[in-house]
Parts: sequence; structure tokens; C-alpha cells
Amino acid sequence: MTRYVIRRILWALVLFVVVTFVSYVIFFLIPADPVKLFAGRQATPEDMARAAAFYGLDQPFYVQYWKFLSRLVTHGVIGEKALGFSFVNRQWIASGVQSRAPVTASLVLGGAVMWMILAVPIGIVSALRPRSLIDRGATVFVLIGISAHPVFLALIFLYIFGYKLHMFPIGSYADFFNPPPGQAGGPLQWAWHMFLPWCTFAILFAALYVRMIRASVIETMNEDYVRTARAKGAPEWVVMRSHILRNALLPIVTMLGMDIALGLGGAVFTESVYSLPGLGQWAVQSLETFDLPVTMGVVVFATTAVLVVNVIVDVLYAVIDPRIKLA
Amino acid sequence: MALLDVRDLHTTFRTDDGLVKAVDGVSFTVEPGQTLGIVGESGSGKSVTCLTIMGLNDRRSAITSGQALFKGADLLAMPKNQLRALRGNEISMIFQDPMTSLNPVHTIGRQLVEAVHLHQDVSRSSARSQSLDVLKAVGIPNAERRIDDYPHQFSGGMRQRVMIAMALINHPDLLIADEPTTALDVTTQAQILKLMDTLQKEYGSAIVMITHDLGVVAEIADDVVVMYGAQVVERATAEELFARPSMPYTWGLLGSLPRIDHDVERLAQIPGTPPSLLNPPPGCRFHPRCTYAMSICQSEQPPLASATGSETHLSRCHLDPATRLTEIKKLESGHFAEVT
Repeated sequence: MTRYVIRRILWALVLFVVVTFVSYVIFFLIPADPVKLFAGRQATPEDMARAAAFYGLDQPFYVQYWKFLSRLVTHGVIGEKALGFSFVNRQWIASGVQSRAPVTASLVLGGAVMWMILAVPIGIVSALRPRSLIDRGATVFVLIGISAHPVFLALIFLYIFGYKLHMFPIGSYADFFNPPPGQAGGPLQWAWHMFLPWCTFAILFAALYVRMIRASVIETMNEDYVRTARAKGAPEWVVMRSHILRNALLPIVTMLGMDIALGLGGAVFTESVYSLPGLGQWAVQSLETFDLPVTMGVVVFATTAVLVVNVIVDVLYAVIDPRIKLA
Repeated sequence: MALLDVRDLHTTFRTDDGLVKAVDGVSFTVEPGQTLGIVGESGSGKSVTCLTIMGLNDRRSAITSGQALFKGADLLAMPKNQLRALRGNEISMIFQDPMTSLNPVHTIGRQLVEAVHLHQDVSRSSARSQSLDVLKAVGIPNAERRIDDYPHQFSGGMRQRVMIAMALINHPDLLIADEPTTALDVTTQAQILKLMDTLQKEYGSAIVMITHDLGVVAEIADDVVVMYGAQVVERATAEELFARPSMPYTWGLLGSLPRIDHDVERLAQIPGTPPSLLNPPPGCRFHPRCTYAMSICQSEQPPLASATGSETHLSRCHLDPATRLTEIKKLESGHFAEVT
């Protein structure tokens, strides 16, 4: 187990370097000159050279990448200066990540809870009653969920539940712990503000998971050990909980780990439409302004999150499935 | 009174192709403490018969009629809860494939304890000690340690022992074994059969042994039911069946067994394939494959009637007694294998 975790961490480091390097390459492939942008419209060639030197953009990209890596190491990844400062407003990236990561985490984790709350019961019921009205209804839900883009859904939700019915706030965020003075905060406000974003974010995954859980439950119901459980005299709900679900949800746990990571990408749309000050929205802004350190800050954070979640899921999987031995 | 009295059992499955009559008018009885062997080739309806009795068929597609009286109460007509209270308690079942019949995510101890708790109101520690005892009884070495292992840590033979332990843990009066040795290798088969025999004496359970292996039947059965095409074609005590098998399908089954006292070039086989249950042949179901088929066999189904004068020995065949007797003699002398 220890050896497994060590090996996974080493692999994670390799992946980390590859991902960040590719991000650098892509940034420098964009046919634009960020220096011109930062130096201002009236800049003389001297000003431009000074600006380039100031931001380190006068050096070849591999040297810049090397500096980026060594800065991460010398400042210890989570240090204030580890990720450098923003080209645009010269604030430390680390503090930006710190204030924005909780917003994205709220969206993604809350959304994941939401999609499981939707998908597990619907999936089970449609597995138990294939071709029933509920199953067909679920199929329609799945089709809508897979087809509808989150931006479209978000606008519809905002129009109906926010603008028309005044049930939910439009485009704002309430902090769970420390709201800025004069603004709403606390768990209840937080959940109320996040409800529509969660729904928007969760629908695509809920739809996919209904399909997956339905298939997995139907497959497991035909297993011999389920028949054994019935032959033992177990009541249906025990058969379902202890024998069918326990096995049917094993593959779902793996998928959940991967999809929560994948969801970080989907969060961009939801954050943008609902004006949530999260990482996804920040990443989009940084690309528009060629703010490389911000982009890299978000990439570093997202990559680390994905790698950590994957290791956790693998370990968790070995815990819940006794047949799997990590080595 | 018989422990289990199955009367005119019918099970039909709705499929996309139409109605499949998997069990068509099957009747037999099992006496307390006795062993009944149900023999037949794949698809003859022997497993479905037992699953129907246990109420384990898919409720959506199976249509059942007839009676299965267990201690006088009809298993097919009783409320679900009542049947569930009997299952695993007074009637247990073990299945063909021990590799897939145990839940892979629970330890065998937990699965045994579950079986105890479903039918007995006892403490955890008592349930566990009962589980340990029964594991020892079925011959699991190091039972104290292995009780906390998972199914994948056991071999096929050991898993079948665990299945038997789980079936016997509540001391059932009736144990239904659906080809319990088919998936095991030959030496393990012999061990499992011997184990079942020993345990039957110890626990006094009656056994219904489903098998396609007449050798198994000869070894442990008191009575035998031969099934073909969803119907019972011969029913007798084991002694009578092996001494005077009285219809061509049973002859075929016996003729295809290797025998130690006769040296034959090639074992006999029954020509043709089992009948389709979606669309069974008219008349006697065996007539398309029968070397003795007469014209009456194609149009009229023979009743299940006494063939040898014995009340316990019934068979379905139009052949006259004299012909049957000559054929039985031939089979006896080993001549049969070459004739067929």
C-alpha cells in the first residue's frame, strides 16, 4: 500500500510537469504579443523592451518555464509567491487561488452531491421497472440532460426561477464562512445562492449517471449471488441494499472520481453565466487578457486537484472492493 | 405425508418469440430424509422446476400453475412473506456455479451470519459461532481464520462447501441442490457428494439433487425422476430404475454411460437434439429421436403409467411390455450399446 502510494505520487509529479509544460507551449503558440498589451498603446520600443524584461517575456519560453518550475519549488508550491504575480493587476496568484478555489469547490462538490441525489434513485427505479412510465420519463430526462448545454440551461433557469418567479438570487455568490461586510453569507445563504448553479452543473452528469446506474443495477440483478441472497430468504430491500447496490455502485465510484475532476472543466460555463467568482471564470478572463501567470495558477491548481482526487479514488476503491489489491 | 408433494406443475415463460413451456405437468414427491434425483439433459426443465418451487423465477415473465405442497402448505399459493420465511430456513438451495454464487464484496462469515439472522433471533456472537461450527462441519480447514476471508480467496470446491454450509446453517428439512458438482473437477465432485451424504445423515434433511449425471444419482438417490422436454418421462426408485429402466430415453442415458464391466469401442449417444420447448413435437416428445418410434408415437402422447406392474415405477411410452423386457435384457448384457 505504501509502495503503491509512493509510486502514484511519483507518476503524479511526471504528469504535473507534462501538463504544465504543454500549457506553456500552447500559450506561446497563440499569435499575439502580450507585451504590446501590457506596455500600453503609446509605448515606444524602449518601453516595450522594459515591459518584456519586467515580466520576463524577453526570454525563450523554455527558460520561462524553467523559472516557473523553480519558483514553485523554492517557494514551496503553496507559498504566497510560488505562482508569481498577475501580469494584469500585479497581485499574487496564490492569494487569488485561495479566494477563488472555495467557490469552484462549492460548485463542483455540491453539484456532485446533487447529481448523485438525482441519479441514484432514478437509476434504481428505472432498473427495477424497465419500460415503465418512470423508466421512459428517465430516458427523456437523460436525453435533455445530455443534449442541453449548461449555458443554455443556466439562462433558462435564471429567467424562470430568478427573474420571473424571484425564487433564487441572480448572479451573485454568498460566502459560507467569511462574507465581506454588508453581504449575505452563512450556510443557508450559500446554499440558496448556489442552488441554481448546482442544478445547472449537475444535470449533464445526473443524466449520464442515471444511464450508468440503471445499466449497472440491471446487470447486477442477474448475478448468481443475488439469487443466492433470495434463496437465503432475504427480503427484497436487503437484497437491494446489501447485495445489488453494494456491487452495482462499485464502478460508479470510480467514475465519480474521474467525473468530479472532469467537472472542473464544465464549471467554467456555469461560473461565467452565474457570475460566480471561481477559478473557471478567472481562467477565462486570464486567457482574454494574456495573463499567463493566472492561467498557469489555475492549471496548477486543477492538475493537482485531479491527481489528488484520482489517488483518493483508487485507494477508496481498494477499500470498498476486497478483490482489488493495490501494489 | 410427503415432505414435498409437487402436483401437475406448469411453468411458462413469456419471451419475445412466444410462450416457452419450461415445465409441463411435472409431479413428484419427496419423503422426509430421503434423496430424490432429477435427471435430464440441459433444457429439460429440471432447474426451472426447482426454481419455481422456491419462487425464484423472474416474476415478470414466469406464469406458474399447479401445486407444490411443502408439509401440506402450497408454496406456489402462499403470500410472499410466508414463502420468504421458509426459504433458507426450512427449504434451502445450492447452485451450480460456486464461483459466482457468493457475494464478492462480503466476507463469507458475514454472508453466513446474514443467513442466521434472517431466520433466528440470536446475538451476533451466537450467529458467528453457529457459522464457525457449520464451516467446520463442511470441512473448511482453519475455519477460525478463513471465516473472515472473501469468496475470491477460496477455491471452487471450498466455495461450494461454503454454499452448502450456508444452506444447512438453519437445519432445513429440504435441501435443493441444482447440479452442485457440475462446475467442479472430478475429485472435488466426489468429495462434495460424500460431504452431502454425511451431512444428510447428520442433519436429517431431505435432498432434491438435480443432475445430468446418472453416476451421481446411483450414488446418493433413493428415488429418481427422469425429465425430458419439460415433462417427467420416468419415475421410479433408484433400485428399480437401474434394474429395469423402462423407456427408450432412459435406455439412451444409461447406454451412454461408460461401464467398467463392458468393453465397448465407442459409447452410445442419443441421436438428434433436445426438443424446442417453444414448439414441442406432437405426440411423444421423444419420438423424433427414438429408434423405437411407431406411428402412434407421432400423434398421441403416452401417459405416465406403470410399466412393470410396480406402483412406484411409472414411465411414458407406447411400447408393449414384452418389447421393453427384451430391450432391458439387452441393456443388462451390455449388448445395448452396440444396438443403438
